[in-house]
Amino acid sequence: MLLIRCPYCEEERPELEFRNAGEAHIARSANMAGESDDDFEKFFFIRSNPKGIIYERWRHMHGCARFFNAVRDTVSDRFLLTYKAGEPKPAKLPGASK
Amino acid sequence: MKKYSVFAIAREAMRGHKGWEEQWSSPEPKKEYDVIIVGAGGHGLATAYYLATVHGITNVAVLEKGWLGGGNTGRNTTIIRSNYLYDESAGIYDHALKLWDGLSQELNYNVMYSPRGVMMLAHNVHDIQVLKRHVHANRLNGIDNEWLTPEAAKEFCPPLNISRDARYPVMGATLQRRGGTARHDAVAWGYARGASARGVHIIQNCEVIGVKRAPNGAVTGVETTRGFIGARKVGVVAAGHSSVIMNMAGVRMPLESYPLQALVSEPVKPVFPCVVMSNTVHAYISQSDKGELVIGAGTDQYVSYSQTGGLHILQHTLDAICEMFPMFTRMKMLRSWGGIVDVTPDRSPILAKTPVPGLYVNCGWGTGGFKATPGSGHVFAHTIAKDDPHPINAPFTIERFRTGRLIDEAAAAAVAH
Repeated sequence: MLLIRCPYCEEERPELEFRNAGEAHIARSANMAGESDDDFEKFFFIRSNPKGIIYERWRHMHGCARFFNAVRDTVSDRFLLTYKAGEPKPAKLPGASK
Repeated sequence: MKKYSVFAIAREAMRGHKGWEEQWSSPEPKKEYDVIIVGAGGHGLATAYYLATVHGITNVAVLEKGWLGGGNTGRNTTIIRSNYLYDESAGIYDHALKLWDGLSQELNYNVMYSPRGVMMLAHNVHDIQVLKRHVHANRLNGIDNEWLTPEAAKEFCPPLNISRDARYPVMGATLQRRGGTARHDAVAWGYARGASARGVHIIQNCEVIGVKRAPNGAVTGVETTRGFIGARKVGVVAAGHSSVIMNMAGVRMPLESYPLQALVSEPVKPVFPCVVMSNTVHAYISQSDKGELVIGAGTDQYVSYSQTGGLHILQHTLDAICEMFPMFTRMKMLRSWGGIVDVTPDRSPILAKTPVPGLYVNCGWGTGGFKATPGSGHVFAHTIAKDDPHPINAPFTIERFRTGRLIDEAAAAAVAH
């Protein structure tokens, strides 16, 4: 089971308290009805699915219930960083294994 | 290829088993092939086999980064069934089921296909409605599926707890009698042997690290850890790593890869006559011919390539197994493992041409690809050979995520997602 640090609670808690909410930093269009089929496909269906560093959303479902973002290595499942929703994608990552 | 038979066994018994030949050869890669298949799992090897037998294309290489059948082919729970809801799914999964019947004879290799029946349990009113809908839809598509009362389910599978005060009460079940299991390794080995005998090169320990394209965009070959290998047609059949390979060709995929875990118990005498699945509590179980209980759990919730998963996922499944089959509460589990499954948004596979000329993809089988192995290889070989999909896999395009013509088994599949 993963240990995940919630940036709001500022505490490492077991994965059971969290729900993964998919890839992070996918912006929803302000004008969804005006999206072309291509753009909607990219927004809704296409995913990076990286083997390596992933930027993803988590929700502290059974804690503060808030969404936040995390950086994780999908090969080792090790978390490199978690940060609050709305903060920019971090440019520098601490000790990436790959 | 020397044919296996009772006479061959007798002959070899007389001379100390010194005459058995290698089941497939391990040649050095050539500079160029007509077709390269990326991934020597069941689906990839079946594709190569049918390219050779049905389409006469034998200048084929199957490249495998590890060892043959060592990915999800060796990590699944070997369940075979075709009781899917939608017409498109019924078409492809029942095509596979028909090929399973007779596959041992065709390959001259015992794949141990055992149509012992697949039972799916209903634990609440919603389950009853959904499963009965499946029965009707399946019958309209000519697929056998029937509704059982709890008592009939108990008669078919005596270990089942149908007590009314069970934690997960059994309110009925569906039964597909043609469903069952097969020996996963034998499927990969049988196809490998058949393909190799017809001239297909199976090249293990050869990882694809790049896909080369000509200025006009068409595929010209693949970069591998053993050098460049040319081919005008490349079929990607890489399961959890499909999106990684497709990215090398510049194609982003509607896929996410998750760990899916399974486990086996210590081997015991035959106690469990069929396959039982429960969508609602997410557990499925059967007994292998070796005697181990084979138990499948759910996926972890996050993208991962770690081939391992959280212990709480297994615990959740074992809780359910022990509730439904109290006789297993003291059974010792022998080992558990994880495979990486590539899941599409609609939980149906993609078997199709791609936007890149000469590049084909067979992926997105998610948590249930083993059952489709023969059918998938058969229609994918057609797609590559003719540069045009077979009518059975024509709906399983990548473009369906743009057009919206989904095959939405997400809600309809037999396992909870």
